[in-house]
Amino acid sequence: MSEAGVIHDIGYQRYDGPRLGRFAMQQALYVHGLRAAYGLGRSAKAKIFPWLVFGIMLLVAVIVAAVRSTIGEVIFTYSQFADQMSFLIIFFVAIVAPQLVSRDLRSGTLPLYFSRPLRAADYVAAKYAALASAIWLLLGVPQFIMFLGAAFTTKTGFKGVWNEVLDLVPGWGYSLLWALMFAGIGLLIASLTGKQAFAAGGIVAVFLMTAPIVGVLASLPSTTANSLAGLASPMTLIAGINQWVSGAEGTGLDLGRFGPVYAIEAFCLIASCLLLLLARYRKVASL
Amino acid sequence: MTIIVTDGLTKTYGGGVTALADLTVAVDAGVIGLVGANGAGKSTFIKIMLGLVPPSGGTVRVFDLDPVTQTDQVRARVGYMPENDCLPPDVSAAEFVTHLGRMSGLPKTAARERASEALRHVGLYEERYRQIGGYSTGMKQRVKLAQALVHDPDLLLLDEPTNGLDPAGRDAMLALVQRIGTEFGISVVVCSHLLGEVERICDSLIAIEGGRLLRADRISSMTAASDVLAVEVADGTDELAAALAEMGMEVSRDGRMLLVPMESETAYDRILRAVTDLDLNLHRLDQRRHRVAELFTTKETADV
Repeated sequence: MSEAGVIHDIGYQRYDGPRLGRFAMQQALYVHGLRAAYGLGRSAKAKIFPWLVFGIMLLVAVIVAAVRSTIGEVIFTYSQFADQMSFLIIFFVAIVAPQLVSRDLRSGTLPLYFSRPLRAADYVAAKYAALASAIWLLLGVPQFIMFLGAAFTTKTGFKGVWNEVLDLVPGWGYSLLWALMFAGIGLLIASLTGKQAFAAGGIVAVFLMTAPIVGVLASLPSTTANSLAGLASPMTLIAGINQWVSGAEGTGLDLGRFGPVYAIEAFCLIASCLLLLLARYRKVASL
Repeated sequence: MTIIVTDGLTKTYGGGVTALADLTVAVDAGVIGLVGANGAGKSTFIKIMLGLVPPSGGTVRVFDLDPVTQTDQVRARVGYMPENDCLPPDVSAAEFVTHLGRMSGLPKTAARERASEALRHVGLYEERYRQIGGYSTGMKQRVKLAQALVHDPDLLLLDEPTNGLDPAGRDAMLALVQRIGTEFGISVVVCSHLLGEVERICDSLIAIEGGRLLRADRISSMTAASDVLAVEVADGTDELAAALAEMGMEVSRDGRMLLVPMESETAYDRILRAVTDLDLNLHRLDQRRHRVAELFTTKETADV
């Protein structure tokens, strides 16, 4: 035992503590990514945009809740909220996805990751989960505010709260679908370039340019083409699934009997985004 | 202890480019210089040891582990400092190194402590909370070294650690590498295309050219029995050369200096006597080691 009060130059110390496995690394990378998405642990500049978007969405949710509790009129349901906020989500993804992956490409940090036990699949999984969680929180938290507003002012007691829960949970599920879809497409585009501005532009372009295609298809004289129009854009694709599953109205889509096609395409789209991401990072990792 | 063993290691890339051809070496722990021109296969060798690219033929073992099948175990014990710029500009060094420590499997608090320690050892303790974007090239190289050191590896693979540094920065970096190898007890492979640079700090040397092994040996055995005396006088260098040649010494000129092989302990006295006999002003008389480069030039010409 060394005497107290004596300062030693301890020199280099070997580390003999625990070394965690790949799962722990993946988790650490996930938490790091989720924090980075909201600019936590980053410069003030990196915080502006995510919190601005988050603030706007919260504000809308508070207004919706307030209107509902005072005059009892429902402006948006939980899933309509997600639909209405789609443009904000696109911008959020366009800023955050490049933050998560383009930065690593740009600064050449990937060799440092892949010379560690971490694999390409771990990296992709952690980043995807981080972005999907960030998007889900962006939608889920305001939806929860709406729920609180509705639950505290319900006039039918516990039953009213329970009904509200039954509305909220599918709303959260719908938000999750948005999150999974947008995270996959956003990350895939962002992983192709190291320039954050290009990546952001590419993401916005892919989401916005596909909307007119839907419009054109929807105005064709064929009912089949009209029913399948929503497949052309990720946003109408998700709205179509919601309509098919819950029978919700007001999305402007007429699915006809093609509901399952929407679900299958969504699944394939997400899966192929992940596979392409994996292939991309397999290639990067071997460099 | 032998840490790296290769046997007939070959790597051919898709386009038929041979990066490594039939490389067979066994390397002991210590500071190891890996020398070769650009494109000689140094980086490929490092990537194979890290399990980043599989060899096309032959075997390689690091700490008696196979990087192809036991990648995780190898990588957990190895720290890698790449040649290229690999640092994000908008985070602090402390945060970046901590993050990479966690990516090496350190728990949160341990990663933070070891990141501070690693940055202290590379001499960035005071500046560690500044953003990396504001660092000089020398400081960035130190951050790269710190991230390779953070998880306390048993072997460091440094790819051109002195790249882009000024002479003072080079000396500091090399001194640091030597300290890591001797005081910290971590073996280091230093890649460089400058032989003169690494020979100063290395225990052993691997020289490759065009993917082939030129020579692998301990520095001491390369430079043993090859000491020479350098003599420099004010004027009359020619007279002294003639006098020394008369005494049966093999004299060679090197600029203003005369190089005399040191065959025995009496060589000093005999040279001094010759200088005083000729009444010359002696400027210097010192013992010089053969530079390793000279060994390679003679060997290469012998090969051709």
